[in-house]
Parts: sequence; structure tokens; C-alpha cells
Amino acid sequence: MTERLFTLAVWMSAALVAVVLVWVIGDLVRLGIPHLSLDFLFAAPRDAGRNGGIGPILVSTVLIIGVTLTAALPLGLMAAVWLAEFTTRGHALGKAIRLSLDVMAGVPSIVFGLFGNAFFSIYLGMGFSILSGGLTLACMILPVFIRTCEVGLAAVTDTWRQGAAALGMTRTAAIWHVLLPAASPAIAAGMVLGIGRATAETAALIFTSGYVDRMPESLWDSGRSLAVHIYDLSMNISGGDTAADAAALVLITLIVLFNMLAQWLSDRWLHRRLVA
Amino acid sequence: MLMILSKVSSLSRWNIDRTLAPLLRMAGMMCAAVLILIVLFLLREAWPLLGNGGWVNLFSDDGWYPLEGLYGLLPMLAVSLAVMLGAIMLAGPVGLGCALFLQFYAPPGLRKSFRLLLSLLAGMPSVVLGLWGLTVLVPIIALWQPPGPSLLAAIAVLTLMIVPTMALAGAAALSAVPADLVSGAAALGMSAKSRLLYVVIPAARHGILSGVLMSMARALGETMVLLMVSGNVVQYPHGLFDPVRALTANIALEMAYATGTHRAGLFASGLFLTLLVLVLAWLAARSVRYD
Repeated sequence: MTERLFTLAVWMSAALVAVVLVWVIGDLVRLGIPHLSLDFLFAAPRDAGRNGGIGPILVSTVLIIGVTLTAALPLGLMAAVWLAEFTTRGHALGKAIRLSLDVMAGVPSIVFGLFGNAFFSIYLGMGFSILSGGLTLACMILPVFIRTCEVGLAAVTDTWRQGAAALGMTRTAAIWHVLLPAASPAIAAGMVLGIGRATAETAALIFTSGYVDRMPESLWDSGRSLAVHIYDLSMNISGGDTAADAAALVLITLIVLFNMLAQWLSDRWLHRRLVA
Repeated sequence: MLMILSKVSSLSRWNIDRTLAPLLRMAGMMCAAVLILIVLFLLREAWPLLGNGGWVNLFSDDGWYPLEGLYGLLPMLAVSLAVMLGAIMLAGPVGLGCALFLQFYAPPGLRKSFRLLLSLLAGMPSVVLGLWGLTVLVPIIALWQPPGPSLLAAIAVLTLMIVPTMALAGAAALSAVPADLVSGAAALGMSAKSRLLYVVIPAARHGILSGVLMSMARALGETMVLLMVSGNVVQYPHGLFDPVRALTANIALEMAYATGTHRAGLFASGLFLTLLVLVLAWLAARSVRYD
């Protein structure tokens, strides 16, 4: 009897989570679809976002993520290569860097927002801009990106390093032509995690990239990201709920699409570098 | 990691390796420098309040009234902790149930799709969950116990947010339990329930505890959900249906117009929040190391 109850409890908890998720997504689709159209994606918001579309907001979102990746990818990849290939377990500086990355991974996103506001917006004088928002997010995604890349590089078998050395390749060449391609699925996974976080982030952007919903003219302009738009519509604009639901639907679709794209890119890259 | 030092290469005229290593090390140090910058700037901005022993006011002032120069964090801290504990009390059992389902009960076909579902929920932006809470859950609570935006709404949406963290960490911990432990228990004639409850879960307890602590850290640092569904009234939580304001939500609400000491107070609460989250994360890392 208790045996059956236990099995039932396990199945019920799984079913509960599935039902609630379907409920959430079902509500978003039901409430958001009527508002969704091609025009919604490209038009400028009118009437504080109740009508019109999300065109400029999509552009700002893409620009913010572009800045984030431009800053975080090269720096993060270089740090990951150093940690994985040039340090051993007891290396003091390596340990210190790993520890500080672990600490950074735990910092709440609103605190990154405070930091971005104080450092990028005010101290460096970038103001409320796409640039300061993107750089704030870059700091936020660095730890998870570096950790994923490092694990991926460490997982490459030592035979390949020895093989490269036996062929007289410099370590630089070995890293570029052998190790990085071999670790590319992990690098892509780190990228996906980073892009996912950056796209979903709201709290860190409110006080760095700001609220302005016009089409941004440069990276120094304030730009409202999609997540901030959803927050603003639902909290500060009465009657903005349906537009918020439609925007939320777009946001979720974007996150799923980014995931698929990164997966496809990594598959292609791996194929070309290793087979050809 | 294996170290092969290729001193001279027959293929290149200059030793690129000698330039590469310092370059990469510099990148690593820059990443670590970000953390130092964060701490320095939080301290710098919070100093007008923290300096000269002013940090005591954060805990001794009678409530948060920036206009009157009172910066007591305790009511909002109590709310943050209450929401976190409520959410973990709900998400803990449900998440563990999901982990058991994933690891031991799900038919192979269902296992993959359930895992996909969990990662979809884990990747759901918090602002979207907040929107759902605000437009669907809060009106339902308002029908039952007005006004609606409340401690309960915050706990419910936050539970939804941390269940996947709990479930995936739990499943990883359960899968690390040696298979011969399970088959040994089965050979002793233990039923499936007793095997799981008295052998597998105790064996995986450190990993599960680490999942609980990670979920708690995530709950404590969450901003958007609390900002959108909890009502944002500064007061100690007296009941589940009271509108309340958490530490994180307070920062997001008041940063827009805060100046001077008020702004310093917000940075100080951010610093304090970070400290709390880091203690939880440290405990989580420690509990895994015991395995």
C-alpha cells in the first residue's frame, strides 16, 4: 500500500511540474497569439507599447547581445584556454582565478545591475546606453562561459596533445588546429548558456541600458531590451498585458532559436575542421 | 593537465608559444579583475552609509524610510528569507520527486522528454514567469484573499522557478550512486520504496543538499518575480496574503530615483545580499566535496 502511494507521489510530482509548465506556456500562447503579427515584429511601439510593435526593441536586444558576445567571447575563450592548457592543479594564480570566477557566478543579477550602473554608466561615462548594458551582461556571463569551455578543453584526450607535439606543432598551433575544434561543442554550449542568460536578463539592464523604446542610432544610445519591455508593459502600463504576452512569446521563441542556431553552427564547425 | 613545452618549432621562425602564454594569462587575470572591480565599486558607492560605523544602522534602524534617513533592512530581509524558505519547502519535495522520476520511474521514452521539459522551465526568463504570475496567478489569489499580490504569490512563482534546479541537481546526485548499492539492497529483498528512501537517497544526500542550497541561493538573488508579484509594501510578513517587498525588489524599485545616502543604502543592501548568496553557494560547494 505505502509502496503504491510512494510511486503515486513520484509520478504526481513529475505530472505537477509538467501540468504547470503547459499551463504557463498555454496561457502565454492563448493571450499572446491574437496580438502577434508580422507587423508587431517590425513596427515601432505606439501608445507606450499598448499598440504598435517591438521593432526597435528587437534591434536593441540584438545590439546588446552583440556587445555582450564581442566582449565576453574572446576574453572568456582566452582565459579558458589558459586555465585548461597552461595551469596545473596546484597553480596558485589559476586557483585564484577559478575561485573568483566561482564567486562571480554566485553574484545576483541585480547586483551586476548596480555595478554596471556605478562603473560603466557613471564612472566610465557611458550613461544609459546599449554599450554599458552589453558590457554589464558580459561580466555576468563570463564565469559560466569560461567554466564550460574549460571543462570542454580538459575533456580532450591527452593523446591529441602528444600527437600534435610529436608532429612538431607549436602549442599555439595545437590549440588552434586541434584542441579548440575538438572542444567546439562545449564552446558552443557555453555560448548558448551565455546568450540564453543575456536574452532573459532584466534586472541587470534596467539601470544600465535603460528604458528608451526608440530605434537606437548608435551603441551610445539607450535601448530597451525585450525582457525590460515585458517588465515595463506589465508593471507600469495599464492595459499593456496582451502586448506583454505577445512579447513574452517572442522572447521564448528567440531563446529556443538561439539554442538551435548555436548547436547547428558547432556541428558544422566541428565537421569542417576535423574532417577536411 | 599534461604539459608539453615545445621550445623550438621547426615550422615557425619565431616562438609564438612564448608570446601566447602571457597573453592568455593576462586575459585570465582580467576576468578575475572584474570581481575585484565589482566589490570595489559596491563598497565605494555604499561608503557614505557604511563608513564610520554607519553599517550598524542597516540592522538597528526601525524600518526602511529613506526620506526620514532610516535604513533598516530587517523587514525586507525577513521577506527575502520567508520567500526563500517557503519556495524551498515546496520545491524541495517536488524537485526530489522529479529527480526520482527521471532516474528510476520514467519509461525510457518519457525520460528524455521530461528532461527537455525541465530544461525548458529552467531556461524560462524570470520576467516571463513574473508576467504569468502577475496576470494569471495574482488574480486567482485576489478572488480568494484580496488584494492578490502577496507573499504566497511570490512563493508559488519562485517555486516554479527553482524546481528544475532542484530536480536536475537531484538527478545528477542520484545517478552518481553506485549501481551495486541498489542491486545489493534489492538482493536483500527491499522494496523499491525502501531501496530509494533508505539506501539511494541517503547515499546521495550531499549532492541533494547541494542542490537545495543552490536553489536557495537562486531564490534569494531573484529580482523580477518578487518585484512583479509580491506587492512591494515594506513590512514584516505577518501572513501569506500580505503584500510584501524583498531586498532585491527594493533595489530595483528605488534605484531609479535614489540619490545620496539613499543610493548608498541600496548599494549596501546589494553588498549584503551578495554576501548571503555567497555563503549559500560556498556551503553548496562544500557539501558536494564531502562525497
